[in-house]
Amino acid sequence: MALLEVKKLGISFGGLRAVDDFTMTIEKGDLYGLIGPNGAGKTTVFNMLTGVYKPTDGSIWLDGENITGRSNIEINKAGIARTFQNIRLFSNLSVLDNVKAGLSNHYTYSTATGVLRLPKYFRIEKEMNERAMELLKPFELEADANVLASNLPYGKQRKLEIARALATQPKLLLLDEPAAGMNPKETAGLMNTILTVRDDFGVTILLIEHDMSLVSGICEKLSVLNFGQLLCQGPTGQVLSDPEVIKAYLGE
Amino acid sequence: MKHKIKPATRKSFLTYAIMIAAFIAVEIMVSTGSASNMFKGLLIPFCVYSIAAASLNLTVGFLGELSLGQAGFMCIGAYSSAIFSIVTKETITNAWIRFPMAILVGGFFAAVFGVLIGIPVLRLRGDYLAIVTLAFGEIIKNVFAALYVGYDSNGLHFSLTSQGDLGLAPDGKMLINGALGISGTPKDSTFEIAFVMLMLTLIIIYNFVNSRTGRAVMSIRDNRIAAESIGLNITKYKLITFGLTAFLAGIAGALFSHNLASLQASKFDYNLSILVLVFVVLGGIGNIRGSVIAAIVLTYLPEVLRGINNYRMLIYSVVLIVMMIFTSNAKIRGFFAASFGRLKGMVFKNKTAKEGE
Repeated sequence: MALLEVKKLGISFGGLRAVDDFTMTIEKGDLYGLIGPNGAGKTTVFNMLTGVYKPTDGSIWLDGENITGRSNIEINKAGIARTFQNIRLFSNLSVLDNVKAGLSNHYTYSTATGVLRLPKYFRIEKEMNERAMELLKPFELEADANVLASNLPYGKQRKLEIARALATQPKLLLLDEPAAGMNPKETAGLMNTILTVRDDFGVTILLIEHDMSLVSGICEKLSVLNFGQLLCQGPTGQVLSDPEVIKAYLGE
Repeated sequence: MKHKIKPATRKSFLTYAIMIAAFIAVEIMVSTGSASNMFKGLLIPFCVYSIAAASLNLTVGFLGELSLGQAGFMCIGAYSSAIFSIVTKETITNAWIRFPMAILVGGFFAAVFGVLIGIPVLRLRGDYLAIVTLAFGEIIKNVFAALYVGYDSNGLHFSLTSQGDLGLAPDGKMLINGALGISGTPKDSTFEIAFVMLMLTLIIIYNFVNSRTGRAVMSIRDNRIAAESIGLNITKYKLITFGLTAFLAGIAGALFSHNLASLQASKFDYNLSILVLVFVVLGGIGNIRGSVIAAIVLTYLPEVLRGINNYRMLIYSVVLIVMMIFTSNAKIRGFFAASFGRLKGMVFKNKTAKEGE
């Protein structure tokens, strides 16, 4: 059974049909790319998958469960986590606390336990700290654990966002332009990190990206969106050599 | 590896230490007779306003929402605890048992109303939330100002028009007398109890902020969309914070009402809400210790300045402006931090040199 099945997904904003008849299947363990020119509707698809927007038509199935129209909180609990195109960190919290916020739903104790400092508080907090440090490791952020998130350099902020998303123990991780604003060297490092994350954490990854070196370097399958419609779908090499795709990106 | 104390823990324990030191200093002043009557009379208000300001800072500084309803919650706490004390005055004669129970009653009712009001109100954000909380605060005050409650052998009687409408039996007693408020509340508040409540408030707030719930609350403040994306239930955490703020405001109200022989609802008008907000803003948003210091300084100042009647408000406003500049201007703050550091360097010169060896 496929991990994520998107069937005939569509959304309208007033008279604007932003995404229409979008179908996609992602198998467990895939590293899947969603590409397309600016304004094609890629982020809109992400927002529908994560429950920020409610789709007008179609359905979304995660691991055989229909999650269409659920709130973003419920969808995160069902197993989808994401990062954002414009970084959204908890800027006044430390790097460690950002990840610990992500762990909130898996390492729980009540508010009263926290206020009264019962033994459970110390035990769970210790477990959280250890788990958070483990999550920072693949991103080489351990040394920055006590730095405020807003004081991190740009590249590290992107990585912290991925670490925070992973903290919620997702089955499917959505990365919205993870390489945006990175130089070629940073991008190369990010590609390795993404592969490590997929293999070590056993998550399936769907990413939006404009950087073709990253897309062709690590994505195994691609879907191409153009003007809200699916243009082409399949293995990366095949899709990137498709004349329709080249036309959409480069013009005739 | 040397065991390091977390900065958050250090900050909270420094605050506790300052508070206890101040408490001891005040106790010595009072017992040696060097404290003026005016100062002694202000000790309980210091604690009341500190609790109100520190708890409001939870909502303003950590939840990041502007609430102007603090006086309303203090009013509920003040009235419910005062009624509890009057009703149980004969049955529970020991004030050491009765007063803590009254404080809890005040906190409990304020928290219940905090959550009830929070459910519809917390959907709003920013200015709108401020306006609606201000309105709720006024509604609470005005309802209490119009409320007549009495009890006799037949039970409780309510009226919103006049005392005569209650139809009390001859053995009846008035509890709330409309705009005249409550009288006959036992004067159970002492500085020692008020101080203990202030310390408990500070411990609750610091522990709350440095817990899983506090982290979630600050995440929501910093980025609501990201907080939802990692599965944090925004409404739940907002309600918890708002309820806790109301609970602590209710405690402040209970201390307040048991310090006065008669209590009118008009004391809890929007001026009080604004005043408490001023303490929070001047003490630093998100800075609990600052809230307490600002509350004490700004409660003490107008009383000290009574001697120079005509210039009182002039000096008060100048102090407000100066405090605002000091707490908001990074350059000036940096200058003082640096000079403080140099001073510390001079005083502890020998010690640091030894450590460096």
